[in-house]
Amino acid sequence: MTRRLLERLGQALLVLWAAFTIAFVLLQLMPGDAVLIKFVGGDLGLSPEAVAEIRAFYGADAPAWRRYLDALAGVVTGDFGYSIASGVPVAEEIRTNLPATLWLAGLAFALAVGLALLVAFLATLGPFAWLRGAFQALPGLMVSIPVFWLGVLLIQIFSFKLGWVSVIAPGPWERLVLPVIAISIPIAAPLAQILIRNLDAVSTAPFVHVARAKGASRRWVMLRHVLRNALLPALTIAGVLFGELLAGAVVTETVFGLNGIGRLAEQAVRAQDAAVLQAVVLIAAFGFVAINLIVDLLYPLFDPRLRRGGRAPA
Amino acid sequence: MTNALLEPRAVGAETRPLLRISGLEVAYDGVPVTHDVGFEMAPGEVVALVGESGSGKTTTAQAVIGLLPPNGEITRGEIRLNGEEVSRWSPRRFDSIRGSVVSLIPQDPGASLNPVLTIGAQVSEVFRLHGRRDRAGIRAEVLALLERVGLSQPELRFRQYPHELSGGMKQRVLIAMALALKPALVIADEPTSALDVTVQKRILDLIDELRAENGTAVLLVTHDLAVAADRADRIVVMRGGRIQEQGPARELLAAPKEAYTRRLLADAPSLSAPALARPGRLGGETAIEVRGLVQNFPTDRGGSFRAVSNVSFSVARGSTHALVGESGSGKTTTARAVVGLRRPDGGKILVNGQDPAALRGEELRQFRRRIQLVYQNPFASLDPRQSLRAAVEEPLLNFEPLAKAERERRVHEVFARVQLAPELLERRPAALSGGQRQRAAIARALVLKPSILVLDEAVSALDVTVQAQILRLLDELQRDLGLTYLFVSHDLAVVRAISDTVSVLQGGEIRESGPVAQVFEAPQTEYARQLIAAIPGRLRRG
Repeated sequence: MTRRLLERLGQALLVLWAAFTIAFVLLQLMPGDAVLIKFVGGDLGLSPEAVAEIRAFYGADAPAWRRYLDALAGVVTGDFGYSIASGVPVAEEIRTNLPATLWLAGLAFALAVGLALLVAFLATLGPFAWLRGAFQALPGLMVSIPVFWLGVLLIQIFSFKLGWVSVIAPGPWERLVLPVIAISIPIAAPLAQILIRNLDAVSTAPFVHVARAKGASRRWVMLRHVLRNALLPALTIAGVLFGELLAGAVVTETVFGLNGIGRLAEQAVRAQDAAVLQAVVLIAAFGFVAINLIVDLLYPLFDPRLRRGGRAPA
Repeated sequence: MTNALLEPRAVGAETRPLLRISGLEVAYDGVPVTHDVGFEMAPGEVVALVGESGSGKTTTAQAVIGLLPPNGEITRGEIRLNGEEVSRWSPRRFDSIRGSVVSLIPQDPGASLNPVLTIGAQVSEVFRLHGRRDRAGIRAEVLALLERVGLSQPELRFRQYPHELSGGMKQRVLIAMALALKPALVIADEPTSALDVTVQKRILDLIDELRAENGTAVLLVTHDLAVAADRADRIVVMRGGRIQEQGPARELLAAPKEAYTRRLLADAPSLSAPALARPGRLGGETAIEVRGLVQNFPTDRGGSFRAVSNVSFSVARGSTHALVGESGSGKTTTARAVVGLRRPDGGKILVNGQDPAALRGEELRQFRRRIQLVYQNPFASLDPRQSLRAAVEEPLLNFEPLAKAERERRVHEVFARVQLAPELLERRPAALSGGQRQRAAIARALVLKPSILVLDEAVSALDVTVQAQILRLLDELQRDLGLTYLFVSHDLAVVRAISDTVSVLQGGEIRESGPVAQVFEAPQTEYARQLIAAIPGRLRRG
């Protein structure tokens, strides 16, 4: 068990390193850099010599391999460098923006799971055939709604038309309501689809028939036999959905004017702020790796077939 | 409630029947699939419901236990259990007798236990569902039950999960669940068709014993007339949703009235006479030669597991050699090595004088053309999205650059060889019966004109009648084309019908080998004797 844990941790570190390196290479391939964008031309009117001086200050004139090693060493020691656009340490930027995004993502994920369960149950256990049919079709519709459009629509309806959620100076929770809804819907859709399919498949499994033959009612069978087996595969895609969540955060934070990692990323892209982007990529990769690691390690707790050892002779 | 329904075994003709079905019609989506089905069962009696797939035997059994699929419905007739008409009971009312008065032993032990619950939890569930609450009492009873059905270390089994048990052990657990509350009627739906022959015999013996102990009646649903012949007091033969014939087992088997019953009897390999002697096929040149074959598989813990050790046999050209054994005996591993899908870890294989392990790249590809494989499951071995034409044509496209017209001619020719109508060429596998699919799979293997076919359980998934047809087809093809067969099977009755020579494998080693007649009539080893004694239908054979 410990050996497997170490193996998985090693793999996780490898993935993080690869993400960092690929991001670095891609950012190097972009023409220009943040210093040029910020200081050259226009109002500041700096001379080429002055710009070269600033570039030297930020280390932007060193050869690529040198900068790569510096950046890597920085990451290992927790130093992400300075944001060129704002002049603040990147670590500082992340610290101020991360909590908002974590709240947004966490609440959206919880809501998505709830929504998915609701839709899946109504689609398989709903009282009427037409109702089940309608809910079976719903995930397909939900997944095709673009987040930015949904965000704008939600603001239009709930803030401007109905006035339920204030746009001007909303409270810390109030400001989260609409973005959370906007992100959660496209995430709930694939989850609901997988749940519906699994509930259907497991409901026709022979062991369900056997449980019924023991005298179990439909409800008992659903709760005790079908549900856990149907939920297991959904756990696997949790890691994939995390990516959706981040992409959703970039769009919604921009649409709703929330300060968070998503907004930070969007601004850094505009400013070609390589250090900030590098950190955002690394945080996203860390989130992915951590969630997948947790899912992998938790899986054997839910599915005894994945526990090792103790196999009877065939 | 349960005790009132439990009565001692029938003593006289006046005894009230435990189960009386009359005029039963079940419809799926409004289309009737059984017509006017009627029979009776006395308490403690064993009645076998025999028929091919699609005969309505399982539907009838499902109606009795009130578990028809959601689109199924009883449209006519009645089902009386101990005099009470139950077919129109509410689901909730039916739940109260399921498991306690009528219970089920299912077909496929592998999929019939919940993979995420322990054995103990699943057996205990029967007691809990029927109102027992004392955990300690239930646990004690479950442990006693597990021991009663022949499971060693009941305490350990109680804690284990289904995947930690073998197929036979799982079926024992399912039997324990079905008989836990001593029901008056057990429906055993093909309870052993997924199990090895020796395990099959032990399981059927166990059901027999428990029946005698508890006075439980058994409705045995089976496609295997030989099993019915051994185990049933009475036999009901079904076909196309109707009862063809019913009566006491001995009478029905001795003097079947209906032509269909006679055909079933003739097609059952274990009931019909041993195959014709097939002289002159041995002693020719050697097509397959296996010497001291060893195959290892790596295990989880970094060690290795010897699946096949020191296996040797040879097959004469134009003859059939059978590899017989139970699951885990190494028979399929051996066959895969012969086809060149796995390199041996030791020993030597010569096929048509060539050693597949010494071949690389294009040579190996050409080698495979001469030796083709037909798999067990015709439902899984054909691509569901390919038409039969595409499936049969594909090997030609891989191996022979033929003009379209010539390819067309070859496909039609091989289709005719396996006796499939050309109209079926455009169909997809889902629109075919099991027999047609297996014919198509054989056609696909034959289209390259190989000299050797390796048939891995090629008829095991088929109904007896279809099985008999495929065996006849294989025999004809062998005569006409001079094919050599390596026939892998766990079914000794089928092996006796088709093979010239046989090797009996156990635990990766050959226990006994020789001409079929010699091995079957005068087995030299204890294991071969056990295997042969376990073939169902022995009562009728005498």
